Amino acid sequence: MKNRVGIVGVGQTHHKSKNTDCKGQELISIAVKRALESADLTMVDIDAIVIGNMDHFESINYVDMWSVDGSGGYMKPIMKVTTGGTTGSAVGHAGFYHVASGLFDTVLAIGWEQNSESDTTAAISTCFDPITEREFCGGAIGPLAAQYTAYMSKYGATEEDAALVSVRDHNNAALYNPYAHLRQTITVEEVMKSPYISYPMKLLDICPRSDGACAVIFAGEDKAKKTVERPAWILGVGDCHILVHLADGIGLANLPSLERAAREAYEMAGITDPFRQFDVAELYVPASTAGVTWMEALGLCEEGEGPRLIRSGVTNMGGELPINPSGGVLATNPIGATGLLRIGEAALQVMGKAEEKQVEGARVAVATGFGGCFWSDITVLSSSTQLG
Amino acid sequence: MGEEKKDSGPLSITYMADMPYDYHAGFYYSRFLKELRDNKRIYGVKCPRCEKVYVPPRIVCRDCFVTMEEFVEVGNEGTLLAFTVTNFPYTDTTRGEPKKIPYTAAYIKLDGSDSNIVHCLDETDEKKIKAGMRVRAVFSDTRTGDYFHDIDHFEIIRNA
Repeated sequence: MKNRVGIVGVGQTHHKSKNTDCKGQELISIAVKRALESADLTMVDIDAIVIGNMDHFESINYVDMWSVDGSGGYMKPIMKVTTGGTTGSAVGHAGFYHVASGLFDTVLAIGWEQNSESDTTAAISTCFDPITEREFCGGAIGPLAAQYTAYMSKYGATEEDAALVSVRDHNNAALYNPYAHLRQTITVEEVMKSPYISYPMKLLDICPRSDGACAVIFAGEDKAKKTVERPAWILGVGDCHILVHLADGIGLANLPSLERAAREAYEMAGITDPFRQFDVAELYVPASTAGVTWMEALGLCEEGEGPRLIRSGVTNMGGELPINPSGGVLATNPIGATGLLRIGEAALQVMGKAEEKQVEGARVAVATGFGGCFWSDITVLSSSTQLG
Repeated sequence: MGEEKKDSGPLSITYMADMPYDYHAGFYYSRFLKELRDNKRIYGVKCPRCEKVYVPPRIVCRDCFVTMEEFVEVGNEGTLLAFTVTNFPYTDTTRGEPKKIPYTAAYIKLDGSDSNIVHCLDETDEKKIKAGMRVRAVFSDTRTGDYFHDIDHFEIIRNA
């Protein structure tokens, strides 16, 4: 990259099932103000803005224009990025690209969603081909549920393995994350007893949909060093859009897009032994089942070993590699913000600002995004400008 | 006093707009849909370079990015790769009505195809379904050019 890039500010709303106190711009402005305050910056410092949501959830097309009241983008360049579930992570990467290119010094990235304004599953279903796919895809839940039937058949994973992920993420949110939408501790038994909504997925296996926003400020090296004592340096990114027809992604027990994106990001960052080199991970786990199946694509375990890793407890808080101290997507899912929250939470960890959810001594973190036709984004962050 | 209290919270305004779309099926899907409608045959298209067969047919090979022109018939039987019994309410965006549930979404690789399709199974008891089973397309008697109607559903081939 031309310029080294660090994250200097992170802000988010208190996420909820339904936030009728705010309209979209008001929600956005809360996250933006919190991000600016966290870095002790003002809108004058911001050179450009990247913003994203999924149009269909609010039925507003020109979000870059419409959101200016909240984003602070008056008389500034604004780019809108919408890539489905990866919207937030793609917004973050676009913010990174702006600064890395050397054309902008300080860039504000915003992801947001007022999911309660519409039928989320119906809106998501419109991303599938209307003629040959939409009829039976069932939004985001159906394909994820189907994928786990393939994984269970291939590797002998169980519904209980997925329940362990659900318990981990829900309980992290309940215990450590005051911004999370769902903050109730749960047990494996409760997950297993919750009703099937899309076999093998049960009610407590699937993410909610939330109203919320997140803002992250990216800065060039000099600006970052002047702004905060310990920026979160972006060491590597990878993006992989893989399949054009959804059905091609299901039936694959694994996630090749994440495998490819991870390989690229790791090469850029110098990651050779991800499980040992990462101190913490904020993974886009939209269903507990994905928390079992996708770790292998990140090189955290061998193929088919996801269940073993989950059962061992090493990904719990206090384990060797805590995953989702924030509670992740299973607890909070304002869809356009969700991927950016992963980057923001990972940044807070390496900045030492994660408060109750802080993993002690976290220096290197990984964040992922997932969406659409099973495509993936990944970000590697560190408290140092290079791995020691 | 009561009136004031009732009106003290924020407002939400409801919009109920019909937004009909006419989706153009294009060259590849038109041929695919007509073969289904007129001949109960399922067609894919073959990449001239890597020879992978794609169903439904499409313009370019995703790996080679070359234009595909050779239509080939594939089997109306295949292997069930993954499935889910969907049982939560949402709006059917094709019709603007509540989706009829439960239904079983089936991800299938047809014999002779290298890509997968999604359709439904006529079985909604998850205990009777397993990834890896053999399945067969059941065509509608009255066919209209609508993929999800002309293939009515897939059935599990028992004792296969």
